[in-house]
Amino acid sequence: MSERGLSGTPLSVVLPGLPQLLRGRWGVGGLGLVVWLGLLAVLLGRWTRFLAGWGGPLDHQVASITVVAGLIGAWGWSIWDLSRPAGVGRGGMGQWGLAAQAFKKNRIAVMGVMIIVFVYLVALVTPLIAPHDPATQASLVTSRLVGPGGEFPLGTDHLARDVFSRMMYGARISLSIGFVAVGISITIGTLLGAVSGYLGGWVDTVVMRLVDMVIAFPQLVLLITIVALFEQSSIYLIIAVLGFTQWPSTARIVRGDVLSLREREFIQAARALGFTRRRIILRHVIPNVLAPVIVAATLGIGNVIVLEAGLSFLGLGLQPPTPSWGSMVSDGRNYLLDAWWIATFPGLAIVFTVVAFNLVGDGLRDALDPRLRT
Amino acid sequence: MRTFIVRRLLGAIPLVLGIATIVFFVVNLAPGDPTLRFLNPNMSDAAIEQVRVNLGLDQPIHVRYVRWLGALAHGDLGYSFTRNRPVLDIIKEILPNTLLLSLTAIGGAFVLGILLGIVQAVRQYSLLDSVASIVGLFFYSMPSFWLALMMVLVFSLFAYQGNWLIQFPPSGMQSVDYTFLSPVGKLQDRLAHLALPATSLSLVLAAGIARFTRASMLEVIRQDFVRTARAKGLSEPVVIFKHALRNGLIPVITLLGLYLPFLFSGTVFIETVFSWPGMGKLIVDAIQQRDYPVIMGGSLVFANMVVVGNLVADVLYAVVDPRIRYE
Repeated sequence: MSERGLSGTPLSVVLPGLPQLLRGRWGVGGLGLVVWLGLLAVLLGRWTRFLAGWGGPLDHQVASITVVAGLIGAWGWSIWDLSRPAGVGRGGMGQWGLAAQAFKKNRIAVMGVMIIVFVYLVALVTPLIAPHDPATQASLVTSRLVGPGGEFPLGTDHLARDVFSRMMYGARISLSIGFVAVGISITIGTLLGAVSGYLGGWVDTVVMRLVDMVIAFPQLVLLITIVALFEQSSIYLIIAVLGFTQWPSTARIVRGDVLSLREREFIQAARALGFTRRRIILRHVIPNVLAPVIVAATLGIGNVIVLEAGLSFLGLGLQPPTPSWGSMVSDGRNYLLDAWWIATFPGLAIVFTVVAFNLVGDGLRDALDPRLRT
Repeated sequence: MRTFIVRRLLGAIPLVLGIATIVFFVVNLAPGDPTLRFLNPNMSDAAIEQVRVNLGLDQPIHVRYVRWLGALAHGDLGYSFTRNRPVLDIIKEILPNTLLLSLTAIGGAFVLGILLGIVQAVRQYSLLDSVASIVGLFFYSMPSFWLALMMVLVFSLFAYQGNWLIQFPPSGMQSVDYTFLSPVGKLQDRLAHLALPATSLSLVLAAGIARFTRASMLEVIRQDFVRTARAKGLSEPVVIFKHALRNGLIPVITLLGLYLPFLFSGTVFIETVFSWPGMGKLIVDAIQQRDYPVIMGGSLVFANMVVVGNLVADVLYAVVDPRIRYE
C-alpha cells in the first residue's frame, strides 16, 4: 500500500470526493462531492416525497432509485478509489487512459462534464424536487403571469403554471430526445460509413450520393415536413425523425477515416488471415474510428437539443401540456411584453446545456487526438 | 476552369434529381389528406371525388411522380392548393425577401466572424481572445429563434418602454406608411426592419466562423513565409492582412458551402419570429395547410440554392488558391 492508501478513508465515509478534492484531483473529487451533497439534500429535504415515490408512478420510482443509486455510487466509488494503489497498472496506459488523462487537464471541459451530470441528475430526480406540478394551474386570477420570486422562483406563465417546475420537467424531454436520437444516428452513421469506406465501389458511390443529398437538404425543412405531415406527434416520432436524419455527417467522417485505415498493415493482415468482411469491419475497422465518432456524438447531442427545441417552437413538438424547453419559449413569445421570464429562462437552459455539450465535445476532440496532446 | 465548372454543373444534376425525388416521396407518402380542407360533411361522394380529380390526387403515386418531374423539367412547379396561384409565381414574389435577409446575414456573419477570428489569432491567449471564445461559444450554442426573441425583447420592447435612442421594429418588413415615404425614408425603414432579423441570424453564424478563422489563421501565422515577411521588415498589418490572411481564408471559404443549410434553417425561425414574408414562413405555412405543391417547390428551391452555393464555394476555392487545380 502506498501512502495514498487508506489515509483518506474516514473522511471519505462522511464526505465522498473531499479527499480527492484535497489532493488536487478537483475534477472527479468535485463531481463526487457535488453528487453526494446534492442527493443527500434531496433525500433529507424531500423525505416524504422520497418514501411516497416507491409506490408512485414510474418517473417517481425512477427518481427515488436515482437518489439511492447515486448516493451509494458516490460513496462506494470514493472508498474504492482511495483504497486503490496509486500509479498505473502493470500494462501501462492504453490509448483511452492517455486520452482520459489529457481530458482531465482541460478544466473547462471538465466543467462541461459537471454541468451535464448536474442537468441529468436534476432531470432524473425532478419529481422529488420540483416545487409544483408542471401541468397544474394555480389560480388564474391571482397567479397568472406572476414575476420571478416568492412562491414561483421564475414566475408563472399565461396559464398560471410554475415556469421553474416546467423547466425542470422540460429537461427530461430535451435530454432523452438528444441522447436516444444521437444514439440512433451515430449507430447508423458509423455502420454505413465503415461499410461504404471499406467496401468501396458501387456501395460507396450509392451511400455517398445519399449523404450528399441529405446534407444539401435544409434539415429543418425536412424535419418539419415529416413531423407536420405525421399529424400526431409523439416523443417516439421526434426521436425517430431526428435519429434518422442526422447520420450523414457521421457517415462522412467515418468513411474518410476508413479509407486511410483500409490500407494499413493490420487490416491487410486481417484480410490475409482470411477473416470475413463482416468481422474485419466490426472488430478491426470500427474500433479504430471510434474517437471521431465519440466527438461527433457529443457535439451532436447539443445540436439535436437545439433542433428539438426548434421543432417545439414551431408547434411541431410534443402535445401540450407536456413541457419542453422549445415549446415554453414559444408560449412566452406571445407574452413577451408582459412576462419576459417565460421565454427567457427555458432559452437559457437550452444555451447552458448545449454549451456544456460543446465544451465536452471540444475537450474530447483535443484529448483523443494524439497530435494535440501535450 | 471552365471545364471544371461545366463538369461540376453536370455532376449536380443527379443530386438535384435525387433531392427532388426525396422531396416528392416524403411529402406524398406521409399520412394525412390534403383534400380535407376543401370538404364539408354535406358534400356528395361525387363532389369529393371531383376535388381529388381537380388536385390530381386520383392518380397513383408513380404517375403523379412522373408528371411532377415532367412539369419540373419545363420549369413548372405546379399550382398551389390554397393560394390559387402557380407556385412559381409565389416563389418569385417571395424569394427576394429571403435573399435580402439571408445574404445580409451571411455577409455580416463572414465580415464579423473573420475580423474577430483574425484579432483572436493575432492576440492568442490574451484576455480578449478568451472572452471572445467564451462569448462566441454561447452564441454558437444558442437557438437562433431564442436569440431573436431576446433581441426583440431588448431592442424593441425595453427600448420602447425606456425611450432609448435606438429602437427597432419588432416584426414585419416595412412600416404601415411605407408607400408614402420618400426614397431615403424607404431605405431607412427597410434597414430598420432588417436590423434585428439579420443580426440575430448572423451572430449565430459569426460565432462559428470566428472559431474556424482563428484556428486557420493560427496555423498560417506559424508558417515560414510569415516569418520571412516579418524578417523583411514589413509592418505587422501588411504581414497579417496581405500575407497571412490570404492563405488563412482559403479553408474559411469552404464554410460558405457548409453554412448554407444552417442559414436557410435559420431563416425559417427568424422569418417566423419576425413575421418576415419569406420562403421559410411560406414553407411553414404551407406545411400546416398541407399545400403539397408549395412544400415541394419551396424545399426544392432551398435545396438547389444549397447545391449552387456549394458549387460557388468550390469555384471560389479554386480561384483563391492557385495550388488547387481541378483537372
